[in-house]
Amino acid sequence: MSIDPALAFSGVSLTFDNGTRALADVDLQVRPGEFVSLVGPSGCGKSTMLRLAAGFETATAGTVDVATGHLGYVFQEATLLPWRTVARNVELPAELDGVPKRERREAARDAVERVGLAGFEDHRPAQLSGGMRMRASIARALTMKPELFLFDEPFGALDEITRQRLNSEVGNLFVRDGFAGVFVTHSVPESVFMSTRVVILNGQPGRVAADIPVPFAFPRDPELRYTAEFAAIASEVSAALRGAKLEAHA
Amino acid sequence: MTATLEAAAPVTEDEAPQPKRSLWPFKTAPVRVFAPVAVFVLVIAAWAASSHLLVPEASRFLLPSPEEVVAQGLLDPTARTEILTALWSTVQVALVGLVLAIVLGVLFAVVMSQTRWAEYSLYPYAVVLQTIPILAVVPLFGFWFGYEFGSRVIVCVMVSLFPVITNTLFGLKSVAPAEHDLFTLHGANRFQRLWKLQLPAALPAMISGFKISGGQAVIGSIVADFFFRQGEPGIGRMIDVYRQRLATEELLTALLLSSLVGLCLFWAFDLLAGRIDRMHGKR
Repeated sequence: MSIDPALAFSGVSLTFDNGTRALADVDLQVRPGEFVSLVGPSGCGKSTMLRLAAGFETATAGTVDVATGHLGYVFQEATLLPWRTVARNVELPAELDGVPKRERREAARDAVERVGLAGFEDHRPAQLSGGMRMRASIARALTMKPELFLFDEPFGALDEITRQRLNSEVGNLFVRDGFAGVFVTHSVPESVFMSTRVVILNGQPGRVAADIPVPFAFPRDPELRYTAEFAAIASEVSAALRGAKLEAHA
Repeated sequence: MTATLEAAAPVTEDEAPQPKRSLWPFKTAPVRVFAPVAVFVLVIAAWAASSHLLVPEASRFLLPSPEEVVAQGLLDPTARTEILTALWSTVQVALVGLVLAIVLGVLFAVVMSQTRWAEYSLYPYAVVLQTIPILAVVPLFGFWFGYEFGSRVIVCVMVSLFPVITNTLFGLKSVAPAEHDLFTLHGANRFQRLWKLQLPAALPAMISGFKISGGQAVIGSIVADFFFRQGEPGIGRMIDVYRQRLATEELLTALLLSSLVGLCLFWAFDLLAGRIDRMHGKR
């Protein structure tokens, strides 16, 4: 049985106005219930793929199909408006969409609770730690009830403990909601821990170099990171990345 | 259900929020108040010393000492009424001019921020506002608009408009690209982007512009009055009268009081800036 993909790249190329070629002939499909990590050297076009999926950029060739209007996007920085409280930041998407105040308040409160920020609704971003800001950012995306959830290297600036905890929590959201996830990261362990598939991009312009399935069941125990099976897949991803790097420098 | 439980795990210490910031603005009061007061005392002392020690008795009128200025400029009822009445006229003109400059300046900046061609076609002329010799324009305004309140206000607007335009425009354009992406993602229209993103983000820069404009407006009001010499007399005209009378005490009083007005405007905007910074989670 095949489910229609939530996100499909077919022969996608992107050349920026300044002549930089970001992506060349990329094919990728992400189905509901799949969580795909994109890894690759800097400048290989990982983030550009998310920007294409979100509609921030337009492909110069090929097609990007997004099958749902329920799109969640978590930026590299928390991207909270500093003059708004946590609650008012989380309800921003609904506010821009013209949802009545009571309804969007309620949705925001639910989302804030789900990321463990209950009690911090009236705090401003500057009063929160980096991890809490990222939780608020995830809560804001959750209000979209995402069927396609895009993460643009969201935890890169966090300490390891906070990062691992947020990895687990995003995993739990994935188990609960069964969205299609795309997660850009530089970290091999993070990519393996989070995903059902790790896609390695290489080159400049970027293309898909390897597509490695990760068979572990969800929800995943944090201790999974220290098992031999995990290490085997991580080393396979690393090897593919090294190949990608060698090729990029060739 | 498990998902909710796990996700709602309590926030532990490594993620603890930063302490709530105090809303009391004068925490650093000792330095912030005493340092400028000390400078004030030093300047007055130096002034008094110069007046008494350097200027011969006969030409003391060239630099009267501070206590003489206070006695003749402020404590003498006739002089005081004269100066304060003139000051009030000057302040009225300056305030109306400043408010107009803020409204017009923000409006222009908003228009320029919305379309590139508007910015390209208007901004050079905003710069001209700053470079045009105001002394040459003032008589022209007199010919065109008369010599009273309205013309004085126009001069004020002209000298205080540029800082509002340039700072507001800078602020509106300082929004981080990711924040624009966020609004794009959620299909924000132009007005929502302006009202909910660009203007709030621009507020701190706008206030910096207002701070500069406040002082400019007072100067504009005095310059206009100095030239026009019609309608209710303001500080500009009194300065000229005192100059002719060699009434240096009154001249200095008028000068100090008008500086004080500019200073008060600056402080008012500074307080506002503090509020906005706290709203943005700074300070």
